[in-house]
Amino acid sequence: MRHGKYRFLIGALAPPLLLYGVFVVSPYAQAFHLALTDWNGLSAEAGFVGLANFAELWGDPLFLAALRNNGLLLLAVPLATIALALFFAACLTGGGARRKGVRGSGLYRVVYFFPQLLSVAILGVLFQFVYTPGDGLLNGLLGAVGLDALQRSWLADPATALPAVAAVMVWSAVGFYVVLFTAAMDSIPADVVEAATLDGAGRFTLFRRITLPLVRDSVQVAYVYLGILALDGFALVQIMTVGPGGPDNATEVMGLTLYRAAFTYGEFGYAAAMGVTLFFITLTLTALALRATRSERVELA
Amino acid sequence: MTRLSNGALHLVLAAWAALVTLPLAWAVLSSLKTDAEIFDSPWTLPSTPHWENWARAWNEASIGRYLLNTVIVVGGALALVMLLGALCAYCLARYEFPGNRLVYYALVAGMLFPVFLALVPLFFVVDQLGMLGTYHGLILVYAAYALPFTVFFLHAFFRSLPSATAEAAFLDGCSHTGVFFRVMLPMARPGMVSVGIFNFLGLWNQYLLPLVLNPDPDRYVLAQGLAALAVSQGYRSDFSGLFAGLIIAILPVLLAYLLFQRQIRAGLTAGAVR
Repeated sequence: MRHGKYRFLIGALAPPLLLYGVFVVSPYAQAFHLALTDWNGLSAEAGFVGLANFAELWGDPLFLAALRNNGLLLLAVPLATIALALFFAACLTGGGARRKGVRGSGLYRVVYFFPQLLSVAILGVLFQFVYTPGDGLLNGLLGAVGLDALQRSWLADPATALPAVAAVMVWSAVGFYVVLFTAAMDSIPADVVEAATLDGAGRFTLFRRITLPLVRDSVQVAYVYLGILALDGFALVQIMTVGPGGPDNATEVMGLTLYRAAFTYGEFGYAAAMGVTLFFITLTLTALALRATRSERVELA
Repeated sequence: MTRLSNGALHLVLAAWAALVTLPLAWAVLSSLKTDAEIFDSPWTLPSTPHWENWARAWNEASIGRYLLNTVIVVGGALALVMLLGALCAYCLARYEFPGNRLVYYALVAGMLFPVFLALVPLFFVVDQLGMLGTYHGLILVYAAYALPFTVFFLHAFFRSLPSATAEAAFLDGCSHTGVFFRVMLPMARPGMVSVGIFNFLGLWNQYLLPLVLNPDPDRYVLAQGLAALAVSQGYRSDFSGLFAGLIIAILPVLLAYLLFQRQIRAGLTAGAVR
């Protein structure tokens, strides 16, 4: 029995590994090498420049603006999304207090989740019009309720351009995490909630003391995913904001700086150095997020 | 729980539901208006529904062509990555051989790296293979980048399957290939559906990869075509046509969601917590 095992294994594993090696492993490996060169795509030989590209990055105002904007997104987007999603999930499940949740909770989940399915390109085009100065949805709404004073060119004003982009990220992501958190809250054992209620815990105490510690794992996962989302932002910014990159580089993000350096200016070595930097930032954040909450895990017997 | 606070609860929940639906409803409305009506007010209903906007978007703005391109590329890549991913995950999960763990970790590590890191070298790899702006080039790249998650997800799934059925099939003289296709793959169907939905949406919504690797406007995928249209339409100012294109692009996803909403939500969230 089982003769020809290795023939089967080789036949089954060779095509996927070849595909993965050529299009994934080799570009990643080349990126680290390319980052140490000044290659412009034309010369046959790439000149080795050591860490010069990385040194140049720290004096590049465009990259620093991008770094700052990604940093701001990283602070605001996960926090706002998780806070909203936890709040709505608690509303839908009664903080885990009710087995069936509020009336209509099924419908709410269906509606909330939908934006998650829209591609970033669709989001970008749609919200470019929502924010349009003259006849856009947002200014139209503000006008309709008498808040004309608040109307502005959201994407053309350096003060509001980045928050406008962040709002789109939050708008599209909240529903996904509502569904994730409600699933976690639904799995909280009923007797734990009952015991707390008998001890006189109110709705708020119940949420803070029981629900929140028990959905901590899901929140941690959410932080990692939303962090990665906030470090990207390329497609939204590229489609929505003028330049692209916004007024006074107000919405420049690292992905955009990299894309432009490579495919507009042909500075491939320099762009690769940005990619390597982005990689290490992502890696650090993931490690931090996973470590930060590890010690506080709650065990349910 | 008092009745009053329940009312407040519903008010808050309904407010977010409205916030989610509003931009989409507005886009649908605008796609049926004339440009003059759009400029007039965001809220008035169209005097008569102008379906010709949709026809214009489909034909003149090439939304129909972009949709076809997307179906070809995503369909091809999905079929490829599901076949290769399932084979790969199955071998790694159910066979002992030297280097098994190494291959598994090398594959799964692919999920940790941002695509931006690979972007520049990837462009030249695809260029050197003469595959820039071709269907098969995009299909291979899409499949390659969807492979790590597919293997990761299905690996756990194949591990959890009982081995008795496979043993019996081997005793009956079934080959390794036969056991995979006729016994194990059908048993893995729920996992295949979950990861299939996840991959379909991920690939359908790709923007960065086609932007870099697919420069030929005739081969544009939907996301790319819409973005290009939004830029050029700004000058030609056919807003109603652009809204119509946007709605045509949203409709297939909306229909799929309405039909399979439970599986889609379960599939995507299962992907996140794994």
